[in-house]
Amino acid sequence: MSNAQLIDRRKFIRSTALAAGGLIIAFNVPAGIRTRGVVKEPVLFAPNAFLRIGSDNSVKIILSHCEMGQGIWTSLSMLIAEELDADWKSLQVEHAPADIAYYHTVYATQRTGGSSSLNSEFDRYRKAGATARYLLVQAAANRWKVAPDDCQTANGYVVSGDKKISYGELVTDAMALPAPADIPLKDPKDWKIIGGKIKRLDTQEKIKGTAVFGMDIHFPDLLTVMVARVPVNGATVTGYDEAAALAVPGVRQVVKIPTGVAVLADDFWSAKKGRQALKVQWDLGAAANISSDSLFTEMKARADKGGIVATEEGNVAELFKQSVTKVEVEYFQPFLAQSPMEPLNCTVKLSADKCEIWTGTQTQTDDQHAASEITGLPISQVFIHTCFLGGSFGRRNITRSDFVREAVEVAKASGKLVKTVWTREDDIQGGRYRPAFLHRFKVGLDANGMPVSWDQISVGQSVMTGGPFEKIAVVNGVDTFSIEGMQAVPFIKALKNKKIAVNTPDWPIMIDNWRAVGMSHTIFAMESLIDEMAYAAKKDPVAYRRLLYKDDARLLKVLDLAAEKSSWGTPLPKDHGRGIAAFKACGSYVALVAEVSVPKNGMVKVHKVTCVVDCGTAIQPDGVVAQMEGSVGYGLSAALYSEITFKNGQVQQKNFYNYPILRMNEMPEVNTYIVPGNEPPGGIGEASVGQMMPALTNAMFAVTGKRIRNLPIYKMKMGNA
Amino acid sequence: MQLTVNGKSYDVNVPSDMPILWVIRDKLGLMGTKFGCGAAQCGACTVHLDGQGIRSCVAPVSRAEGKEIVTIEGLNDTLSKPLMAAWTEIDVPQCGYCQTGQIMAAAVLLRDNNNPTDQDIDNAMSGNICRCATYQRIRKAIHLAAELKKSSS
Ligand code: FES
Ligand code: FES
Repeated sequence: MSNAQLIDRRKFIRSTALAAGGLIIAFNVPAGIRTRGVVKEPVLFAPNAFLRIGSDNSVKIILSHCEMGQGIWTSLSMLIAEELDADWKSLQVEHAPADIAYYHTVYATQRTGGSSSLNSEFDRYRKAGATARYLLVQAAANRWKVAPDDCQTANGYVVSGDKKISYGELVTDAMALPAPADIPLKDPKDWKIIGGKIKRLDTQEKIKGTAVFGMDIHFPDLLTVMVARVPVNGATVTGYDEAAALAVPGVRQVVKIPTGVAVLADDFWSAKKGRQALKVQWDLGAAANISSDSLFTEMKARADKGGIVATEEGNVAELFKQSVTKVEVEYFQPFLAQSPMEPLNCTVKLSADKCEIWTGTQTQTDDQHAASEITGLPISQVFIHTCFLGGSFGRRNITRSDFVREAVEVAKASGKLVKTVWTREDDIQGGRYRPAFLHRFKVGLDANGMPVSWDQISVGQSVMTGGPFEKIAVVNGVDTFSIEGMQAVPFIKALKNKKIAVNTPDWPIMIDNWRAVGMSHTIFAMESLIDEMAYAAKKDPVAYRRLLYKDDARLLKVLDLAAEKSSWGTPLPKDHGRGIAAFKACGSYVALVAEVSVPKNGMVKVHKVTCVVDCGTAIQPDGVVAQMEGSVGYGLSAALYSEITFKNGQVQQKNFYNYPILRMNEMPEVNTYIVPGNEPPGGIGEASVGQMMPALTNAMFAVTGKRIRNLPIYKMKMGNA
Repeated sequence: MQLTVNGKSYDVNVPSDMPILWVIRDKLGLMGTKFGCGAAQCGACTVHLDGQGIRSCVAPVSRAEGKEIVTIEGLNDTLSKPLMAAWTEIDVPQCGYCQTGQIMAAAVLLRDNNNPTDQDIDNAMSGNICRCATYQRIRKAIHLAAELKKSSS
């Protein structure tokens, strides 16, 4: 969207919000939940789409991005509050409705993802605050007949000499003033909020249990829906018998929808029992032949065959032949489910002229379009109420809005006010998975152990094909996310003899975003391989990386600091070892050192993880630390246990008992160090997930001398499931 | 069926095999207790039944007859105050979805143990999954809550 359009749009928002309070009304939380966001009758000053200042001194921030745990509820609000000089304690925060005004500055739809929120909003949100402050100061100056330059602001007041007035008292005057064309921002050295010790704004409601997640939406006449979903991707319903389901007390209706058969009931339990009683016949379709073993074999065959070249330079074969030491390895990583803590759900209220949707989503515009397409209503009549997301990790950032689409289909087919609820089994089996990947390398090292030739083939499904970013992400048939981050590594860029290719199977397995996307698997391959190269070169893994990363000052810095903080190289007790991994991800540089012990015939224990991150400007430092800790846990879960497998097209895992998640007793001590920086903020929610996996296996190698090239480390026994 | 939840008595008309979780959420509208797995695997649904921490997603409501259910909304001040203060001080939650279950599990630990060790915390809390992996902060917050509780009593 051009700036001119943006400005027009803001004017529009301003006038409609003021005239009708229309945008505000859209925030009303349904009765029976609670009354967050219901504004009585203060005069509201809406200098832009992101901010409402009330004559009652309320300051409301309207977030174009969604809160799923990553902390933008707080950190984005800090950007506005900083420039506004707002009273931090008076802030209220809400999710924005679906509206073009809230489009992502880069993605051009309303979307939260790619760890991009802070980076993309860094200027826009600060400007939103600065513009409001400018107008309020101007209003006070006019009132007092002083120059704006003689006014100061702090904590929601304008002050000049002995005069002092609250922002609330100025809103009517400020509204009448023209917005400035452009506005200077504070010098970072004057920041009081950004970079400060600020606590999260959503903690209270989350610990008291009053935070509203999609799952908590309730209306008196709402029916809970459970869908008997296709057991195999691409299967179709050939028939069903609803009698037994309808006989379950509390079950109200059974309807067929494109993804299966939906049971509508008074409550969750009745819906679940109804679904159990329902008899559905399926045509399982072609995907019923899929099994993990044959997929794995096929991946190897594809790697043998070669693929589409992403980069090729020099004479790889010849240099490899001449090289002193040869490293030939491959790494396999399985399909993974995101399994956010809150299972998917979506509430839909559909009437003749509008469709209202309550859910936790990362993709409001896509959802709005999907609902419009299904209902035939104009997009302007589809209203999205974004609730808190009980985690997502990409599951709520899905091409074609699968779970929203399905709920709208149920509402349309049934004519009822419905909330679809997925069980944990539905979540794990009806997933949009991180694709399995095989990365195979042939690397030749010179007499000093440094790489002279690099031959790589990466085999796995394309996440971006068919999605909103296909045009940018898929270049000449190569999904750059299949090798995400690898080509950008400076020593690879500098290599004169290299070939990186991808082979992209088109399997009927639903895949999509999973925390860190491509880097959830490329970093494991890369940082395991570099460890192997270090050992092949008979060099210490940190010392070797220093040589490799010499042209990347920020990566070198986190590497060095991680080595220092973890006391790299100092003696450890028997059976203990350290492993390192360092990589640039989502605009941030992260080095992790894991300290583990591996007893003979026992399972690994991760004692400590040292994490060093350079994310440029750290807006809310404690939030950065929290994301590092969480990503360590998320990465460890995946490396240790996580694996989705298929048998006859069906996912074999069902619940946390065979798709285990890291628990309290397995969580290492994590010590995080933030490298101070003043570059624009990098992403933090995904920046350290990928490094955790090789840091762990590299540490295990240091103890056992056994290299782990296949994840997960521990496989669940699936029996005959 | 007669139920006592957070000191209030309710008359509910539900099948006796309906898990306590769904009576609390769908019939009484108390939304602080969460559904995570429905299989006693994650602890998001932790409530107290006569003072014992239970997985309400698998406990049929018939088990609660004549007993007292306490949910996050009704946790008594002696436990709630130090826990909330500690969770706030450490800024524990990320997505927040598991946190009420974590707090209800921690409350039982804290009631019975004034000085929980790391091992005690592992034992008491390993049934509660946090997919955001806020475990390190939960651990810190429990230690802090124990301090706060001691100093206030
Ligand atoms: S929802 Fe009850 S233990 Fe997970
Ligand atoms: S805070 Fe998200 S699951 Fe625990």
